[in-house]
Amino acid sequence: MNISLSKIKTSNPITNIYIGSFLLSLAIFDVFVYSFFNLNITSFLPGNLNLFFPLIIGFIGLSFIRMEYSGIKLVDNINKHINPSNFNALLTLLIIFTVLKAIPPALSWMVLDANISGDTKAACTGTGACWTYIKVWFKRFMYGMYPNELHWRINSAFILVIALGFVGYFFKENLKKYLALYYVVIYPIIAFLIIYYLISGGSFGLVWVETGAWGGLSLTFIVSFFCLIFCFPLGMILALGRRSNLPAVKYVSICYIEFWRGVPLITVLFMSSVMFPMFLPEDFFMDKLVRVIIAITLFEAAYCAEVIRGGLQALPRGQYDAAKSLGMGYWKMHIFVILPQALKLVIPGIANTFLALVKDTPLIFVVGLAEIAGMLALAKTNPKWLGFAMEGYIFAAIIFWIICYAMSKYSYNLEQKYKTER
Amino acid sequence: MNNKIKKLIPQILTILFVVLIFGFFTMNAQVNMDNRGIDFGFGFLKQEASFDMQFTLLDYDGQDSYAWAYVVALLNTLLVSFLGIIFCTILGVIIGVARLSQNFLIKNSAAWYVEFFRNIPLLLQIFFWYYAALRALPLPETAEPWFGVTYMTIKGYYIPSMIWENLNVFLSCLIAAIVSIIFIRIYARKLQEREGKQLPVFYISIGLLIILPMLSFLIGGVKLDFELPVLKQLAQTSFIFEGGIALPPELIALVVALSLYTSTFVAECVRAGIQGISKGQKEAAASVGLNPNQILKLVIMPQALRIIIPPTTNQYLNLTKNSSLAAAIAYPDLVLVFAGTALMQTGKAIEIVGITMLTYLTISLSIAALMNWYNKRIEIKEK
Repeated sequence: MNISLSKIKTSNPITNIYIGSFLLSLAIFDVFVYSFFNLNITSFLPGNLNLFFPLIIGFIGLSFIRMEYSGIKLVDNINKHINPSNFNALLTLLIIFTVLKAIPPALSWMVLDANISGDTKAACTGTGACWTYIKVWFKRFMYGMYPNELHWRINSAFILVIALGFVGYFFKENLKKYLALYYVVIYPIIAFLIIYYLISGGSFGLVWVETGAWGGLSLTFIVSFFCLIFCFPLGMILALGRRSNLPAVKYVSICYIEFWRGVPLITVLFMSSVMFPMFLPEDFFMDKLVRVIIAITLFEAAYCAEVIRGGLQALPRGQYDAAKSLGMGYWKMHIFVILPQALKLVIPGIANTFLALVKDTPLIFVVGLAEIAGMLALAKTNPKWLGFAMEGYIFAAIIFWIICYAMSKYSYNLEQKYKTER
Repeated sequence: MNNKIKKLIPQILTILFVVLIFGFFTMNAQVNMDNRGIDFGFGFLKQEASFDMQFTLLDYDGQDSYAWAYVVALLNTLLVSFLGIIFCTILGVIIGVARLSQNFLIKNSAAWYVEFFRNIPLLLQIFFWYYAALRALPLPETAEPWFGVTYMTIKGYYIPSMIWENLNVFLSCLIAAIVSIIFIRIYARKLQEREGKQLPVFYISIGLLIILPMLSFLIGGVKLDFELPVLKQLAQTSFIFEGGIALPPELIALVVALSLYTSTFVAECVRAGIQGISKGQKEAAASVGLNPNQILKLVIMPQALRIIIPPTTNQYLNLTKNSSLAAAIAYPDLVLVFAGTALMQTGKAIEIVGITMLTYLTISLSIAALMNWYNKRIEIKEK
């Protein structure tokens, strides 16, 4: 038999496949047994060879299997997708072995040795994760220090706001032209009123809850929601301003956009908390949350403006010329011809901006608002629950990952949809 | 005439609006500062800072001025950004290329890597590394050496420091090597254009880079010693490493989180760049008779880089701005030291936040200007 590592030839390819798959399965079996049952079946080999044994065996096995065409579907698929060359075979083996090695410890930490029963730290006896901690603190992570018996107010406010967001879908044909008006002007006002009266309370017989008690994931949603609906109109004005042919308007817009895009959000938040009160009249008090929302809105509007400008630039010149030749003025042209088309183009971009915004909101923790990162820091230093930082951060990471991944997939789908529609 | 007025009015209104807002703010600021007995000015920069920093690149102690504290803190910020940019580029290029691999497993693991690290807020990642992952490291007395001489402990990463003798001789040798490489490259290009001969520039460059610094060791009297970190017992149960360089856990957590997060974006830029080159380019280059190396170097890379570099620089800029999250885990960067400690001590909110923002703005705008210039230069000039 002629052994050359790049391609091994025998008279009968089936023999090769048998030998190769035997060696490959031996290698995988070795790693599997070692990582899952802690049995070292190759312990008779000397030190280093023992470590690299599955790699070497698997590598030789894969080079046995590698051939132009075998007629067996599985083997051909393996060759095409994970075994096209020596280098790829090595990487394939490394990935398979890493996954095999990583599964048992991860599984035992997260599930098998983990605890979820009980209400105190004493319940966590295993070597694994302590999900009891998450269970006990769950309401705090979601609602912050908001009083327990009033959580229904946050829930119902969110449900109402989301439901109102879908109202646009059910608009009748003759009302469709008011859709933009609804979403840009009426919806934000209603949403603001709902959140103000329901979550803040103070009237209609509801108890007043100060914003200092708001927190957790719900605060993340409130902040990102308001920032999104407020930054959109502002961004639109700035985008139009930047493309205007009036020099003063243009340069004011450019200065604004470049300024906010050039500074990190954290300094903007510092500004809102220490510098902004100095700029307001003496007896004028503004809530910290409101200041933060204003700061993030101003910041995000610059990014929004750039996205919308991209949409405006993507429109063909003919649209402008056609609108002008019909005798439309600047505002008429933009409201009835340009913006409806451009805004449709930028929806995926806006979704991405919103995604970045949601990922940025944990930052409000640095100015003392206890959203989820803040609640985690609080829970971590609670003397009754010391030493569970890992569980907390993994929990928060999973929640954010689900939200952000879903949003990024949604915006990607939108992008694909609009790409084909044009 | 009518048209002119029509154009003038909105402009005047805009300017009036801006002036009014600024005027309103300045007036309020004046009143507020008068009431609190604060005066506006940058005189405080010369005062003694009287706070300490855990980690500095230059000599600094509490007796130095606020201005010096600013410089030291800015350097810390730049250090994090610099390290982050290097690591995120390396990782990003690897992942970006891996996403285009024909190997199913490699392609998918790279894709999952990107989806995983991109969709978790950076602040949470920093917290995770700092509060959870790095806290699980061993204490100094139980730490096993990595590569024999470095120690990864809960108190930081200890690496040997270099002690140079005649460092300037070594550095001048290095500079001489780089300068001569540049000249050789220019000469080689001219030679190829004139006579069609090719010099093995790559091997010559590597040779020069090795030989000249070696010569400085042999002839120039340059000496290099390593100071190894050594375990020292302070008290019964308290151990510490002495000697060498100690990288604090804050720095490590920050660099790890920033480079993992940003590398996903860099990977996407790299992928888009390589995918943006049409297959025809490769085939055309091959049919002209270039070998695979030349195709990559002369045809693919110059075009791919044109697509890759501008968005990647944008990501570097984002990384630099994101490095300000250092304040959340108490790494002494510009925001923590200047907008945090110094602001608390002096109470000069407007000046200090202004300086901090201006610093970041300067970095961003200068890199953006550089990028615009570069884009103009490499732009394909179509008729």
